[in-house]
Amino acid sequence: MAINTDKNSYTIGFAVVMVLVVGTLLAGLFMLFRPQIEANERFEKQQNILYALGVNQNSGPNDVAFIPTDIVSAEFDKYITKQVVIQGDAVTEDSNAYLIDIKKEATKAKDAAYDRRLPLFMGQKDGKDLYVVPVRGKGLWDAIWGFVAMDNTMTIQGVYFDHKGETPGLGAEIKQRYFMDDFAGESFLVDGRFSGIAVAKGNNDPKNLIKDDQEVDALAGATITGDGLSAMLQKDVKLYVPYFKSLKN
Amino acid sequence: MGLLSKKDSKLILDPLSDDNPITIQVLGICSALAITAQLKPSIVMAVSVIFVLGIGNVVISLMRNIIPSKIRIIVQLIVVATLVIIVDLILKAFAYELSKELSVFIGLIITNCIIMGRFEAFALGNGPWRSFLDGVGNALGYGVILVIVGFFRELLGSGTLFGFKILGDSVEKTGLYAIGYENNGFMVLPPMALIVVGIIIWIQRSRNKALIEEL
Repeated sequence: MAINTDKNSYTIGFAVVMVLVVGTLLAGLFMLFRPQIEANERFEKQQNILYALGVNQNSGPNDVAFIPTDIVSAEFDKYITKQVVIQGDAVTEDSNAYLIDIKKEATKAKDAAYDRRLPLFMGQKDGKDLYVVPVRGKGLWDAIWGFVAMDNTMTIQGVYFDHKGETPGLGAEIKQRYFMDDFAGESFLVDGRFSGIAVAKGNNDPKNLIKDDQEVDALAGATITGDGLSAMLQKDVKLYVPYFKSLKN
Repeated sequence: MGLLSKKDSKLILDPLSDDNPITIQVLGICSALAITAQLKPSIVMAVSVIFVLGIGNVVISLMRNIIPSKIRIIVQLIVVATLVIIVDLILKAFAYELSKELSVFIGLIITNCIIMGRFEAFALGNGPWRSFLDGVGNALGYGVILVIVGFFRELLGSGTLFGFKILGDSVEKTGLYAIGYENNGFMVLPPMALIVVGIIIWIQRSRNKALIEEL
């Protein structure tokens, strides 16, 4: 080969061409796949909300099986009877409330003048009126989030948790059935006041039979993820307390 | 072998045993610790690395005469990163569930020292076909160790394989647990991967004395 690859001009030229080629390639691929990826993300949100509501395809005791993507939109429309956005005292109906990015809303809410938009999904399961709220917080490595389905007394009927990068076998277990099922029956309210639900170590209740202790048995080896999850529930569900109080009146 | 000459098949087979990237070259230890708490991520990681290292080696090999030596490490890094992002995009578009399960692991491939090591040590000096074999061979050697470690860690740490309860139910006390067996929670933690890898190295070197380094 006759090219002198040691020349500075060649090196710079090579770098420029390489960056252009790679940049174009990746940008092109991203544009190509974006509609598909966005659709997948929408379906996933619908699946997660329905899962919290108790609409799933679980058959075995350890299953976490969602409604399949091809029918999830129809099922979502069927079970979620109303979607609302709560902003301050105003409650408006919005059929795309589930697409609100609560991470962005939380960032905007740091400005005290901004009234955070809070999405809430109303649905019916087994004849009961349920309210599903999204939550988002921090685990050990990265974001954790989920959906909590409650009745009008803020007693949990079902939850779904997910995470971006918790440790497999440890923090990542928050999305396992045995952990999520423990939350059903716990209440956020003690004598009518909001108290949150803690992921607690050593609460001597590994099967979680005691439902009025505001505690769920923690995952071994996942202290920080568990604490993050408690904080997430405390912080985000609390935002909805005024709405639930208004339901009673 | 009809397809591969003796020299070529050595490229595939050596990394599986006597030139294993993890146990002999001691590369790629970091991801071997991080993701082997369960068997399934171990296998998927192995498959992804086979894909990235096989193709990456070919790409680098094809470019080996035009890469300026001053920035060759950066060029190698860009090639790995590009391939990994492509894998990630394809998974997100067509196998969304799987991509969710893997999330960070796919990104972790970029930091796998085996990949940079093979680019630098082999692909820069050899043709595409041999580089491809070398890449696949080394990725397989890496994958074999991951699967072995993942197998023991999941079985002894959680009593499951692929999430199925092999040894009985630890809460309901059935199967082995009925006679007092307990899961070893320590197996789930990263340090145990190092000990398992250590045991593999021990067994391997006691069977083949030529591998023991002179002190």
